Amino acid sequence: MYSETVMEHFGNPRNTGVIEDADGVGEVGNPQCGDMMTFYIKVKDDTIEEVKFQTFGCVAAIAVSSMVSEMAKGKRLAVAQKITKKAVAEALGGLPPQKMHCSNLGADALALAIKDYQEKKKGAVLSVA
Amino acid sequence: MKRIYLDQAAAAPVRPEVLETMLPYFQERFGNPSAVYDLGTQVKDSIEEHRARVATLIGARRHNIIFTSCGAEANNLAIKGAALAHLKQGRHLIVSAIEHHSVLNAARFLEKFHDFEVTFLPVNRYGQVEPERLRKALTPSTVLVSIQHASNEIGTVQHIPELAALCREQGVIFHTDAVATAGSIPLEVQEMGVDLLTLSGPALGAAKGTGALYFRPQLRLVPQIHSGIQENGRRGGTENVPGIVGLGVAAELAKGELAERARHLKSLRDHLVRGVLERIPAVIHTGHPEERLPGHASFCFEGLEGEALIFLLNSRGIYANTGSACASKALKVSPTLCAIGLSPEVAQGSIVFTFGLSNLKEEVDYVLRELPQAVERLRSFSPVWRKKMAAASGG
Repeated sequence: MYSETVMEHFGNPRNTGVIEDADGVGEVGNPQCGDMMTFYIKVKDDTIEEVKFQTFGCVAAIAVSSMVSEMAKGKRLAVAQKITKKAVAEALGGLPPQKMHCSNLGADALALAIKDYQEKKKGAVLSVA
Repeated sequence: MKRIYLDQAAAAPVRPEVLETMLPYFQERFGNPSAVYDLGTQVKDSIEEHRARVATLIGARRHNIIFTSCGAEANNLAIKGAALAHLKQGRHLIVSAIEHHSVLNAARFLEKFHDFEVTFLPVNRYGQVEPERLRKALTPSTVLVSIQHASNEIGTVQHIPELAALCREQGVIFHTDAVATAGSIPLEVQEMGVDLLTLSGPALGAAKGTGALYFRPQLRLVPQIHSGIQENGRRGGTENVPGIVGLGVAAELAKGELAERARHLKSLRDHLVRGVLERIPAVIHTGHPEERLPGHASFCFEGLEGEALIFLLNSRGIYANTGSACASKALKVSPTLCAIGLSPEVAQGSIVFTFGLSNLKEEVDYVLRELPQAVERLRSFSPVWRKKMAAASGG
C-alpha cells in the first residue's frame, strides 16, 4: 500500500515537535477525514532556519509532514513557498490515490506558516514606522 | 519477529480438519451435485450431510439452511429476498444504524430501486437497540426488521429474543446477522425467535467464499441469484462443494468447543481490557462493558489516528483492526462509531482486537508492553493531544 520511503518517514519522522518562539505557525486540518497538521518555522535572512511539525493523522499524513519539513529546511522562503503537493508525493515515492488529497496537506501547512511569518513581519514594520 | 494475530474476526486460518475434509472434493469427488449418476448423487449426499451439521449449530433443521458464497450474500438474500417476497405486506424496513454494510446497502438498494422506506434505528451509547425504540418504529407497513446479533466493531451483543418477539407480535419478519457470534455464543433459532439468520464460514474456521442463511419453515424468499433449482430454487448456481463440506465440519467443531472457546477468549479479552485501561490514559472502551463478544476488545485512543497505530503495531508484529476513516477506502469514519455518539476526532483513534482459540495470554502480555509505547509515540507529535494536555493543565 505504501512505498518504502513513506514507511521509512513514518517509522522515523524528522523534525517532530514544537518551536515555542516560532516566527511563523501554520495549521491545517481536514475534519472530514481527520488529519491535522501544525508547522512551526524559525526564519533568518529570509531562510527557514528551523522547522518543526506536529501531525494527527494516518501513515501518509505523518510521512508527508516529515518529508515537507526536510524539503523546507534551509530553503529560502520564496523557494519553500513553492513546494507542491505533487513534489512531496514524488519525493515519497508516490502516495495511494485516496491519500493524495486528504493526507497531503503538509505543503499547505508550511505555506501558511510562511504567510504567518510574513504578515507578522509586515505588522512589526508598520508598528515601528 | 513473532507474529501476534489479533484480527481473527477479519480472517482466520482454515482449520486443518476443515481443509482435510475439503481436499477430496477438488479432484476425486468433483461431480456436479445436480447430475443424476453416482458421481453427482454422492456429492449431493455430502452436501446434505454437511447442511445438517450447519443446521445443528443453530438448532435448526437441515432443509432450512441455504448455502451462500459469504455472509454478505446471506444478508442480501435475507433482506432483499424476504422484502421482495412480501411486497403485499408493505414497503417499510427497519435496520439498526450499526449493521454491516451488506445489510445497510441492501436496505438502501430497496429504498432506491423498489420504493421502500427504510428506518435506520439509532442505538444507545453502548450500541444497543432499545426495544422501546423498535416498538415505536414499527408501522403497519413494516415488512422486515434486521438487527445484528453482535457488532464486529464494538463487540456489543443485542437482546435478540426481546427484539424478535416484538416483531413476531406484529407479524413482521425478523432477521439477525450472527456472523460475529457464531462459534462464540450459543445460537438457537427457536429461543432467539428469529425468522432469518446469517452465518459466515471464515468466522468459524471454514474457507472464504462460504456462508449460510437460515430461514424459518415456510418463509418465502425471492432468490437473488437466478438460475436452476439448486438450494431448492432459493439460490441458483452450482454449489461450492469443497466450501460447503468445510463449513459443515467447521460448524460441528464450533458447536463442540463453544463453551471452552468462550471461556478462553473471555480470559484473553478481560486481560487485555484491564491492562489497557490501567496503562493508557484517555482511552474509551467502546461497546458494552459486559454484554459483549467474549473474544472482542475495542478502544478509541484520544489524540491519535487508528491507521497509524495499526502500522506501528504491525512493525512490532501485532495485527489489529481499526474503524478509522483513514483506513477505509471511502475515507469515512465507521457509521457504528458515529452511531454510538463518538466525535469524528475520537472515532479516528479506534482500534479493535479480536481473539481466536490459538491466541495465548503471553501474546496479550506482549501487546500490553508494546501498545502503550506506540500510543505514546503517536501522541508525542500530535497537535490534538498537545491541545488536550494544554487544556487539562489550564494553559
